[in-house]
Amino acid sequence: MAAQDEKDPRIARISSSIRIIPDFPKKGILFQDITTLLLDTKAFKDTIDLFVDRYKGKNISVVAGIEARGFIFGPPIALAIGAKFVPLRKPKKLPGEVISEEYSLEYGKDVIEMHVGAVQAGERALVIDDLIATGGTLCAAISLLERVGVHVVECACVIELPELKGRERLEDKPLFVLISG
Amino acid sequence: MFAAENGLKGDPRLQGISEAIRVVPGFPKPGIMFQDITPLFLDHKVFKDTVDIFVDRYRDMGISVVAGVEARGFMFGPSIALAIGAKFVPLRKPGKLPASVISEQYVLEYGTDCLEMHVGAVQPGERALVIDDLIATGGTLSAAIRLLERMGAEVVECACVIGLPEVKGQCRLRGKPLYILVEPRDIDCCQGM
Repeated sequence: MAAQDEKDPRIARISSSIRIIPDFPKKGILFQDITTLLLDTKAFKDTIDLFVDRYKGKNISVVAGIEARGFIFGPPIALAIGAKFVPLRKPKKLPGEVISEEYSLEYGKDVIEMHVGAVQAGERALVIDDLIATGGTLCAAISLLERVGVHVVECACVIELPELKGRERLEDKPLFVLISG
Repeated sequence: MFAAENGLKGDPRLQGISEAIRVVPGFPKPGIMFQDITPLFLDHKVFKDTVDIFVDRYRDMGISVVAGVEARGFMFGPSIALAIGAKFVPLRKPGKLPASVISEQYVLEYGTDCLEMHVGAVQPGERALVIDDLIATGGTLSAAIRLLERMGAEVVECACVIGLPEVKGQCRLRGKPLYILVEPRDIDCCQGM
């Protein structure tokens, strides 16, 4: 179990910079809006620093970010730790040859894609998204990377919604979050 | 408008950036030569050079907002924002932003599309940069400029990695300067990841 030490003073500011929007995208859901975190330059910098401090020097060569909010956090982390950034996208967004992974939603299915050749077998990777809920998307991302021989070292998210049991769905794959909401 | 004419003539980093772009013919539909920037992110040095060029240009311009157009603008914008001490504001397709938004419609080749920004993301008088990976007709970037101006921000410049021929010769978009790193690549048989 890995969550950032709540006593780290940076965490309180990051947590309070996240805005809760009730009933989005539908009634009953409390949406965790990270756009307000991005407006707080210190909180945003601290968020990136907390991930970079953890992953620098760990021989990670791939940061895979999940569309679209994973694209906001992933590249700055990749830049700081010397890794490449690989976008994992919704269907038909990536041009050229892709591999796809289907996963289940509450109602129905979705698909996540990665470019063929973006990663090499044996590379060590992080998977980044802003939030983990049920873990469905992250599991699909892990599967995609592992299918081509990449070792997923850890999944990293700003926020975890523990009641949705995403951590359990990831099974033996480590998960690191800054805030447990 | 192009970086090479704007102080970076002969800068070897521009060649590395240009060579990192992959051309994919027939995407998203026949007849289009799609300029794929994803290989740029696979080369750490080229990615860093791209961000450094933009950061060097913008760090002393008093810019407090970097607005990135979904989704490829999200890959560049935040790193630039962090380095220059600005906030990052995502400009998104309809229905993605959860709180109160303003919307701006723009024209596509066939039909229209819409770009949204959160109310309150920018304050009147703030100086803003707009980022996207590529500019073609300028429709999306024009909508981005209008969104920021409607909230009273001043758009200092629009910055893109690639500028398509449609925009060549235009130094300004809605009166705002454009800054572009490279021209599009031609398809060649030796391209790959």
